[in-house]
Amino acid sequence: MRRLILILALMLVPVVAMPVEPQEVLQDPVLEKRARSISKGLRCLQCRNESIDQSNAEIARDLRLLVRERLLAGDTDTEVVDYIVARYGEYVLLQPNGRGANLVLWLAGPTLLLITLAGLFLVRVRSSGAEGDQVTPLNEEEEAALRELLDDR
Amino acid sequence: MFNETAHFALILAFFMSMAGAVLPMMGAVTRNAAMMDFARVSAYVQLILVGLAFAVLTLAFVTSDFSLRIVLLNSHTLKPMLYKVAGVWGNHEGSLLLWVLILTGFASAVAFFGRGLPSTLKARVLGVQSSVTAAFLAFILWTSNPFERVPNPPFNGQGLNPLLQDPGLAFHPPFLYLGYVGLSVTFSFAVAALLEGRVDAAWARWVRPWTLAAWLFLTIGIALGSWWAYYELGWGGFWFWDPVENASFMPWLIAAALLHSAIVVEKREVLKAWTILLAILAFGFSLVGTFIVRSGVLTSVHAFANDPDRGVLILGIMAFFVGGALTLFAWRASALESRSVFSLISRESALVANNILLVISCFVVFVGTFWPLVAEMFFDRRLSVGPPFFNAAFTPFMVALATILPVGSTLAWKRGNIGRVFKSLLPTMIFALAVLGLVWAMQTGRSLIGPIGAALGVWLVMGAASEVWLRANKQVGRIKRLPASDWGKALAHAGLGITIFGIAALTAWEVEDIRVLDIGQSFEIAGKEITLRGVEDVIGPNFTSVAATFDITTPSGARDQIVAERRFYPVAQMPTTEAAILNGVLNDIYVVLGDAQDAGGWAVRSFVKPFANWIWAGAIIMAIGGLISLTDRRYRVAAGQRSGAGL
Repeated sequence: MRRLILILALMLVPVVAMPVEPQEVLQDPVLEKRARSISKGLRCLQCRNESIDQSNAEIARDLRLLVRERLLAGDTDTEVVDYIVARYGEYVLLQPNGRGANLVLWLAGPTLLLITLAGLFLVRVRSSGAEGDQVTPLNEEEEAALRELLDDR
Repeated sequence: MFNETAHFALILAFFMSMAGAVLPMMGAVTRNAAMMDFARVSAYVQLILVGLAFAVLTLAFVTSDFSLRIVLLNSHTLKPMLYKVAGVWGNHEGSLLLWVLILTGFASAVAFFGRGLPSTLKARVLGVQSSVTAAFLAFILWTSNPFERVPNPPFNGQGLNPLLQDPGLAFHPPFLYLGYVGLSVTFSFAVAALLEGRVDAAWARWVRPWTLAAWLFLTIGIALGSWWAYYELGWGGFWFWDPVENASFMPWLIAAALLHSAIVVEKREVLKAWTILLAILAFGFSLVGTFIVRSGVLTSVHAFANDPDRGVLILGIMAFFVGGALTLFAWRASALESRSVFSLISRESALVANNILLVISCFVVFVGTFWPLVAEMFFDRRLSVGPPFFNAAFTPFMVALATILPVGSTLAWKRGNIGRVFKSLLPTMIFALAVLGLVWAMQTGRSLIGPIGAALGVWLVMGAASEVWLRANKQVGRIKRLPASDWGKALAHAGLGITIFGIAALTAWEVEDIRVLDIGQSFEIAGKEITLRGVEDVIGPNFTSVAATFDITTPSGARDQIVAERRFYPVAQMPTTEAAILNGVLNDIYVVLGDAQDAGGWAVRSFVKPFANWIWAGAIIMAIGGLISLTDRRYRVAAGQRSGAGL
């Protein structure tokens, strides 16, 4: 009975490919390396947030083969990516380009950092006139003595 | 019958939480002791009622009561017991119930441990906490009732997503929720403090343990999730910058910032308003996280239960609590600030820098997560923001944070002496730079990631060690008598260093191989010989599997055997891959079985993943550091006193 279940179940197994099949790998290791690094930056259209290099979906496989085809045809890396973006839209790019509104995305962090630093600088300049508590800090000896007292508590 | 009782208990809990939200608040205003004390009773009763409902739901899953809709949709009689129980929170309704259970649990913990709190503050904290509970209970009762019945229950259920049937993932959500919801306590304390109009060192000391607890649960939860992704998703990725991962990472970053700024409030009574703001934001990001997961607005691998309508309601809850708190903040915060000053070179300044870097890195993650939505809505551009963006935009801030960390944590309060710090950190600095050079010289391929990661790792770990040494006045005998908080701090910082190193090493030095392998055939990867021993069919409890056994021989002659599987879960009609992993201290060998080839043999993809385990080991050390800090005596001894800043 168990045997039968197993056989039936195995018949139902849908064909799942592994991401990057051995047959896909190019002979030329340099080209293959380029193909892999391009693949890591392209999104599998059907999947959620996976690159075609990680996905085992059909469409990811097609795109991987396309990338390799273009490389064999002598395209540079940027030409390959442009070729695919021209056909599938900028949605395939996992790293969004810096064009147009995307500048906001790229500059958000650095800009906020600059604004914060500028703000802090202004606050300091303004408040430096009114230095409030002028207490002499403990010197090294006093500090050591105090720590000893507190540690022994 | 049980189920209806449990449903009724939830309704009672809802009314109880409404009362618990209103009466103590009124009591705090009118100084009515009985009304204020009701907060405590109400918290306990809510916990009991919600606990009852949760127990009944768990029982329904364990006994496979398919008359309940969510049991029918998410369970199956063949499923192992652990996953029947985990199925309780493996779905929208159940996970929300868990969320509320933890919420009431934290409220009861505050009621129980907060005996020393001033009565008005305590009443207000519990009042705010109850109002959050009320909102979520209403959400459950009106949109996501876990006790909904089906008219004609079938004999068996539809099973749980096989990817989720894994021990790592069974415990991942509860830990994350403990973290998310733990931040609600911090939020309640912040709102209560704004209502009271008073924030002082004692307040910071009460808040800090809760923040620490929430942060440490989040750390464990995130680490579990990442570890699960590593071994379950089939190619050994440990972090995807997926919206839902970001949802848990953002509160973690803010909670980390809050932990540090609360220290400044405790010791020096400055940064009060900022700390309150962080407390509000931390819980705000928890709610954003819930919204992301539950609404499915941002499609993600995690969105196994989503519904836009529910999303709108969570957005409403979020707008009410965060918006309300921020309004209160805008109104009251100016009254909080104190006039104490500190010099540019001081521990305070260093912690401000820490806060800036953590908050901005969180902001970067936030913008990146929501950018596809913004771009589509306002610019009509369909685009993706994936790992390459986050790696490029987030990493610099973390590198900066790690670079200043040992310096800042050695600086004195108020007015530090940079020369002295430099002197004490000089050996660490020299060693870190030497490691940088050495690693750069040793590695093949000129990537800077590896050397920088190694140097930062050394810098943080040795920096933490040298700080312990310094705190002990360079006397071995004193090291044992250092307060727990010093140990906690050192461990947490060292853990961060270890994680940073692990991530950098794995990113920079992973080796991969793809090939077709016949049975009995071997190949070599990174000096290890891997042989395919055999492939056989296996039947599991609720799956069938093709299992391949590999022998691994290292140059030293050590021999190991690992098994890679391709499973199929008939109930869900879903295949999964189970990678074969040989865990090691220096590297993991990670083998994935592919298809049987037409020409004979099997496709095999294998990796050598250097220092992979260090990523999670570092996270666990961070969490242990947090745990040790929690045991520090000043949280127990001084918990009841409104004393000034302690040492």
